[in-house]
Amino acid sequence: MGAGHAHVLYRESTSPVHRLPPEVKIAAMVLFTLAVVATPRAAFWAFGGYALLVAVVAALARVGPGWLLRRAAIELPFVLFAFALPFLGAGERVDVAGLSLSVDGLLGGWNIIAKGTLGVLASLLLAATTTTRDLIVGLDRLRCPQILTQIATFMLRYLDVLVGEARRMRVARVSRGDDPRFLWQLRGFAAGIGALFLRAFERGERVYLAMVSRGYSGRMPAVWQGAGAATAGQWLAGAVVPLVAATIAGSAVVLQ
Amino acid sequence: METLAMHISNGIVNGPVAALFAVLALAVLALCVLRGRRDLDDRLAPMAGLVAAFIFAVQMLNFPIFTAGVSGHLLGGALAAMLVGPWVGALCVAVVLVVQALVFGDGGVAMLGLNISNMAVLGTAAAYLLITLLLRVLPRTPAGLGVTAFVSALVSVVVASQGFVLQYWLGGTTDLGGNLAGLAGTMAGAHLLIGIGEGLITATTVVTVAKVRPDLVYALRALKPAAPAPVVPVAGGAR
Repeated sequence: MGAGHAHVLYRESTSPVHRLPPEVKIAAMVLFTLAVVATPRAAFWAFGGYALLVAVVAALARVGPGWLLRRAAIELPFVLFAFALPFLGAGERVDVAGLSLSVDGLLGGWNIIAKGTLGVLASLLLAATTTTRDLIVGLDRLRCPQILTQIATFMLRYLDVLVGEARRMRVARVSRGDDPRFLWQLRGFAAGIGALFLRAFERGERVYLAMVSRGYSGRMPAVWQGAGAATAGQWLAGAVVPLVAATIAGSAVVLQ
Repeated sequence: METLAMHISNGIVNGPVAALFAVLALAVLALCVLRGRRDLDDRLAPMAGLVAAFIFAVQMLNFPIFTAGVSGHLLGGALAAMLVGPWVGALCVAVVLVVQALVFGDGGVAMLGLNISNMAVLGTAAAYLLITLLLRVLPRTPAGLGVTAFVSALVSVVVASQGFVLQYWLGGTTDLGGNLAGLAGTMAGAHLLIGIGEGLITATTVVTVAKVRPDLVYALRALKPAAPAPVVPVAGGAR
């Protein structure tokens, strides 16, 4: 656990987006998503605008399109749901290539694909440019209640503890002659899940007590030291994306 | 949406309903923050973190249910209610959902209110009500505790899945016509199966923890404040 706490999605870089304080990025991402969701679904050009905006930010953050698209595959189940909607939906129907499709279902499917994908891309960009530690610091500076940031801090730290303990227990099983293949691996894992929880807790408790004995009182030092908090200029720079998105959403509503 | 391998994503439910549930979720979470602060001591803080991490990890396990073309995942509300209590427990699940939405794009940020209402609020509340009820009725043995954990986990998952049906009925972006009953049935059936898996994991975990460290199980602490450990340690651990 010594080598920083960057998560799998973080892309090491020093781009302008990486250097922006986390609270600015979180706020911009949430506002952008809200603007996207508020857009009427038939305003197709607006979604093109959002996609362009995402592409510009991705280019600034030096995150490649290939990486983004591969990671966006998490959304695939929704795409399947969206494809089912034209068949399930009620109301007016159109014939496309011999299939009777619901107009409402087609628009609804488009709605889910467009808004879902833009939301996933926005959060991937946040993840790619922000370490988990910065994320917590950002949430704290956005006045998130301390009990929540505290739980989140420990959650992200203990994920590593859990994975580490699970690996140790697997090594212990294998070194005692357990040699499962494929699905049978699950059996040993499931039988030991209670023990895994307990081991992880006891290790986690020691981590916590070590933190407390070194002066931890519920907040990370970076927060109360106040260094690196966003300046007015950085807030302005971060506000560009949500402002553009809000303008697009506003004109889409007006033009509808 | 839970049925489709992840949480409700942007655009599935319309804006006003999402906003309504966001307000509801915020109000309940504010109450949880107030009540949870009292609970969160030096023993509960690491436990809350670990419970959240555990839920985060098990929510990655998705169970495909092929017949319906859907899948779902474990929710963890019952485990949280059992080990850290309803207030901190709901906060744990909410934190998991917020981090998943912000960083992993799992569940839309604009739909967080819906996801938190279903999984953190409804799921945990249903689980905790059942836990307090069943712990009173059932014998105070590891088996009784296991049954309590299993049943409350099972019911909480199904209840949470029906929360989505309610939200879709109120503000689904696509009119499914008469298919809403079908959606409710599919969700309930799928989550019954998931609930069995969740119940087994919750029961195993809680019984193990109660055997070795009964002081860590919040539900037992609330039940018998100053009494000795209700569950006797058994040689050989969980099984």
